Amino acid sequence: MTMINSFLAEKGIYLLTFILLALGVAGIITCNNYMKKLICMNIMQVAVIFLFLCLGQKRGGTIPVALSGAAEAAEYINPLPHGLMLTAIVVSLGTTAVGLSLLLRIKEKYGTIEEDDLLYREKLLSMETQRTREKLKKQDQQSKDK
Amino acid sequence: MSFNWLSWLPLEYRPLCAVLVSLCASGLIYVLGEHVHRNLREGITLSAAVIKIILVYSLIPAALAGNEVKLELFRIVKGVSFALSVDPAGMVFACVAATLWLLTSVYSIGYMRGHGEENQTGYFAAFAMCLSAATGLCFAANLLTFFIFFEVLTVATYPLVVHYRDDEAVASGRKYLAYTLISGQIFFAAIVIVYAVSGTMDFKPGGFLTADMLPMPWALIVFFMMVGAGIVKAGVMPLHSWLPAAMVAPTPVSALLHAVAVVKAGAFCTLRVVLYVFGPELAKDCGGAQLLAWMAVFTIIVSSFIAMRKTNLKARLAFSTVGQLSYIVLGICILTPFSTAGALYHIVAHAFMKITLFMAAGAIFVTTHKKDITEMVGLGRRMPVTMGAFAAASIGIAGFPFFAGFVSKANIIFGAVEAGQPLFVATLIASALLALAYLMPVVLIAFKKEVDNPDFREFGEANPRMLVPLVLAAVLSAVLGIAPNLGLHLFDLSLMAGNSIFDPLM
Amino acid sequence: MIESNLPVLIILSPLCAALICMLLTAIHRELGRAVVVLAVLVSLVMSVMQLRLVIDGGPIHYAIGNYAVPYGIELVIDSLNALIIVMISLIGFLTVLSAGNFSDRRPLVHGAANTILALLITGLLGMASTGDVFNLYVFLEITSLSAYCLIALGGSRGVVSAYRYLLVGTIAATLYLIGVALLYGATGTLNMGDMAEILDKGDHDNVMLLASCFLIPAFGIKMALFPFHGWQPSAYTHAEPGTRPLISGVMGKLPALAMFRYFYCIFGTDFVYVKYMMAVLGVFSVIGMLYGSIMAMWQSDIRKMLAYSSVAQISYISLGFAVGTPVALAGAFLHMLGHAFMKGGLFFCTGAVRFKYGTADLNDFGRLYKKMPLTGGLLTLAALSMIGIPPTAGFFSKWYLALGAAGQHEWIYIAVLVISSLLNAAYFFKLIEKLFIQKSSGIRERWSSRELELPVTLLVPIVVCFIAILGIGLCNAWIVDVLMMSLEGVGL
Repeated sequence: MTMINSFLAEKGIYLLTFILLALGVAGIITCNNYMKKLICMNIMQVAVIFLFLCLGQKRGGTIPVALSGAAEAAEYINPLPHGLMLTAIVVSLGTTAVGLSLLLRIKEKYGTIEEDDLLYREKLLSMETQRTREKLKKQDQQSKDK
Repeated sequence: MSFNWLSWLPLEYRPLCAVLVSLCASGLIYVLGEHVHRNLREGITLSAAVIKIILVYSLIPAALAGNEVKLELFRIVKGVSFALSVDPAGMVFACVAATLWLLTSVYSIGYMRGHGEENQTGYFAAFAMCLSAATGLCFAANLLTFFIFFEVLTVATYPLVVHYRDDEAVASGRKYLAYTLISGQIFFAAIVIVYAVSGTMDFKPGGFLTADMLPMPWALIVFFMMVGAGIVKAGVMPLHSWLPAAMVAPTPVSALLHAVAVVKAGAFCTLRVVLYVFGPELAKDCGGAQLLAWMAVFTIIVSSFIAMRKTNLKARLAFSTVGQLSYIVLGICILTPFSTAGALYHIVAHAFMKITLFMAAGAIFVTTHKKDITEMVGLGRRMPVTMGAFAAASIGIAGFPFFAGFVSKANIIFGAVEAGQPLFVATLIASALLALAYLMPVVLIAFKKEVDNPDFREFGEANPRMLVPLVLAAVLSAVLGIAPNLGLHLFDLSLMAGNSIFDPLM
Repeated sequence: MIESNLPVLIILSPLCAALICMLLTAIHRELGRAVVVLAVLVSLVMSVMQLRLVIDGGPIHYAIGNYAVPYGIELVIDSLNALIIVMISLIGFLTVLSAGNFSDRRPLVHGAANTILALLITGLLGMASTGDVFNLYVFLEITSLSAYCLIALGGSRGVVSAYRYLLVGTIAATLYLIGVALLYGATGTLNMGDMAEILDKGDHDNVMLLASCFLIPAFGIKMALFPFHGWQPSAYTHAEPGTRPLISGVMGKLPALAMFRYFYCIFGTDFVYVKYMMAVLGVFSVIGMLYGSIMAMWQSDIRKMLAYSSVAQISYISLGFAVGTPVALAGAFLHMLGHAFMKGGLFFCTGAVRFKYGTADLNDFGRLYKKMPLTGGLLTLAALSMIGIPPTAGFFSKWYLALGAAGQHEWIYIAVLVISSLLNAAYFFKLIEKLFIQKSSGIRERWSSRELELPVTLLVPIVVCFIAILGIGLCNAWIVDVLMMSLEGVGL
């Protein structure tokens, strides 16, 4: 029991992060709704942010902001992962923004953001372009014959 | 012949110029062809052909003297340079290709115009490209340079095969590509392996591979991977079927395929691989040479029988080519100096004789629109010169004395006797009779006395632009039979090549 | 002054253009585009200068903002990425030049497209130059985000492809970050050179193994390596037509370069499992080469055919990594350079055909060479190069790859190279047959001029690609010499 406890105390956070990540990936794969997929994508990104922040953690360290009482580097937690993750958050914000605007466009053009509906409509679309192309060709042929 | 006036051009640059002159001609024709008068376009072809002949002939004295003429231009890949050199074997093929380019060009002009063909620009451009690649093959000093020209030849021939652009042409074009590209890629893999084990690529008389570089089963596999490309192009059975299919192309193309460049390139590739890469010893020890020789024997016999059953004249000639090319392969695989010289000389002899036959077939087709032998009854009376040349070339193919074919076959037979292979001797003699059996009927039908075929009343002799090259080729094949060394010393060169391979000290 | 800051100026020049492009477009429609063209041209000139410097003086290490190296961001330019930077900026320049012909009528969209294109070039250049693993992530995301946008600009099918690519691409980026996290946790540094040194000293095999399990899929997705290629065909097919050469020709190569950096420069030979990882990569490449070529054979839309052929061609590059000798690596990089021009050139051609006739169906290509001789010429040359007919670039990269494989006694790789070229021949000769033999179909010209087959801005890329394919082929020994300056001693 103590072994499990100590394991959870030391590595449990990694386990939780991994579960979060797996949830996100599974959601992207299984969800039918494109909006849900986007949300799952965000969950996945958050998991990685956690992972990095865990790396920067250390026992007894304080936040990496210069405090009057603490002068030694050993008294602070590693600030670098936090810096990195600020960047990653910005990137994920950008990705989400692009994803949302794409979703708007998809909704505008196809009238749905459900994947199977979308696939069906894409098929219809491709059949239609095929048909119009053939029609155009026939018209061309006819005008040439005349 | 003296080429002193050409001395401003260093000897080692002449092979390169010979390659470039037709390359430039090809480019010029392609770019300008549609915009200038066709006479000017054909002028480019002819002047390039003449320059090429001069350049190639001017190298003969050096090759005869056994001088080292080598040009290393730049590194084609890391460790291997783009090198051109002059050696007797390459010289023989180069002379043939250059000479016949002029003849076929003149003939093509007559044929294409007489027949009102489309896409003549593309045709002449691709033709020049093929010749450029063939010349490159002759002078290539190492395997990689050789392979580059080999593949360029493969691709450049494709537009010629599909010249008519109908379904049949497309089908045979695909067949041609399937055969040549597959074998070419396997050749490529083998070249890589050879370079990886030996670290060199330079052709050497007597070969540069040894048994310890390639242990036994590998030697045989690599041997056939390399020779495969050659024998596909040379039409050795069972890899020949692209060649009859390619007969859909216009007749001058067939003449080029069969006589000037393509199948000869295959035979020449076999020669380079067997004798300059593997060398007689390894080729014999790995068993590849014997296997190949028996394939050649099989091809010689079977193709003659197939040829007899074909009534389309061009198809009959195609199978005749399949058989005759196997003479060369057999000559190489007997692995004696005489047979090698005979094989090399057969490249010359067969080229002149077969081109006569094809030119005659083409002349008949353009003048009378007849393709089938059975329809040619009584043709001889209307086109006596054409059919006379055809008869002469037929006798030559059969190997009668005083024709070029005799010299080469006699040498191959000497070689076979020397090597103690009575079965090969018997094959060669039997095939001579078979050749007579499938070519003479054409002549006999054409000269049938009692029939006066009404089909031919309105026709006369063929157009002089076709007739002149055709007669010239026939005369040359007779002359080369009587005096094999006349002018170009082609027979001496062949002998030199044979001796240099089997006795490097000589 | 300029010379000492070249690495960063090359990246900054298109970035600045991107920032002001929208503003300038508001003033005048074409002004923004002109600035982007100019900026990429400046990058091109500087990248050539940089290549010369690298060849003469060896690798350049440039610390951004003069922050000391393991802490600040470093740009490392050796002869490998100096060549690739020249390639990116050249194709980028040609793409920007020709993209004007496909521009949207709405001025805002036109300006935005140019802005994003400039950003894409910035991202690609940054990915090639950087020597910092997290900086690589940032540039990777800049590249990907601009690629999503450019793909989405290609019409309603494009939007859906872009969205799918966005999901998959983000998974890849996340996987990459996890890989970085593992390595950072073990070494405490983000600088590539520093990380390589620390990994060398200690026993970090398990961390490297775990990290490479995340990195291979991450880069695999980004470079569209089989079996991670699912997003690629529709994305390449429906991308904004003017930008396809850059997206399909160059974008997949940079993750490959990053993969090389990880496995050969950071992990290096002391990583005991590298052989196994490379064997896995080899299996992916072998299947990918065959799968991509076979799928390409069934396509009647030329863009889709080219997209699937990219799946096969990117596998040539990873095959070179899998073999791992300096010769094979040189082959892989030569293929990277050559293939960018081949695929870019093919997409320039299809773009030109679309521009002139408004079609991308293979069946409409009948006897095109008569109407568009230069386009037909490049299509033929690029197709021959894809097959690997000498003396084009494709033959020589195949030569080095096969030679490397023969040196390692990997006969299967050679056999697959041969089979793959033959499969390539099967569908590229279909294209050539269409070009030269098939009767022309009744397609109508949308643009015509008496003197030229195409506008100059479309002709220039076609001519440059034609020269580049032949040039890379004939000068391959020189290029390999330059590559070898960095590859010597790197391989397995």
